[in-house]
Amino acid sequence: MRFTRHRKGLRAELDDVEAQVLAQLARELLELVAEPAVSDDPLAALVGMPPGEVEPPDDPVLSRLLPDAYRDDPAAAGDFRRFTDADLRAGKRANAQAVLASLPEGGGRLELDRDQADQWLGCLNDMRLALGTALDVTEELDPEQLAEDDPRFQALHVYGWLGYLQESLLSCLDPRLGS
Amino acid sequence: MTAPAELDQPSTDELIDRPWVTIVWNDPVNLMSYVTHVLMELFGYSRDKATQLMLQVHQEGRAVVSNGTREQMEADVARCHGKGLWATLQQD
Repeated sequence: MRFTRHRKGLRAELDDVEAQVLAQLARELLELVAEPAVSDDPLAALVGMPPGEVEPPDDPVLSRLLPDAYRDDPAAAGDFRRFTDADLRAGKRANAQAVLASLPEGGGRLELDRDQADQWLGCLNDMRLALGTALDVTEELDPEQLAEDDPRFQALHVYGWLGYLQESLLSCLDPRLGS
Repeated sequence: MTAPAELDQPSTDELIDRPWVTIVWNDPVNLMSYVTHVLMELFGYSRDKATQLMLQVHQEGRAVVSNGTREQMEADVARCHGKGLWATLQQD
């Protein structure tokens, strides 16, 4: 599967397994960035905003997807989250939902307009951030060099494939990139 | 005639002029081509400028990608987070 330019949009052919893997990852992302419970405080619930600072997530995957905006100022970072966390999560869910909605069930032809292509780009990136953080990848890591009995083998194979897909999508979005 | 007394007040320029900056940090996941793409898209940078900033992030671990008021930088950081870049703001 790779993306090619087609008229004003993009096109790709997926097989059954590729469609299943992407659908599963998109559903996992949706769950991961689900809407947080705002508050028991009725006023806060009404304005849809937490009443005070929002704590950073404990989970390393989630804290990579929803990072701190201030490095050395937890109070400012918590206040920033208070105003941005819900929108950030909603944007990621919208991208994942767009991927799910456009995936041909059982594989087949995928056709995307420019807006959908941007949502795919964002979602593929979130999938890679989630998987890469969970697998603790480093810049030096080469999935090709992994032994087949390495417990991370399969997931890293998917991670590498997502990177290839993202590169192929990027090269279609900007003709000056890629070969 | 006497000259007006020289007021020995601390300059407030320092407080006013120190801009806030948005910093993008290196991470092992984001593709170099993707970071360049996002910097062009979010900040309207040319490919050359965006590539230069991306390489600075990659090689030095961080790069200042924009500067302005604290409010502007909070908006920039939020937009970077929306695209999956690891960004923070601080006073320069």
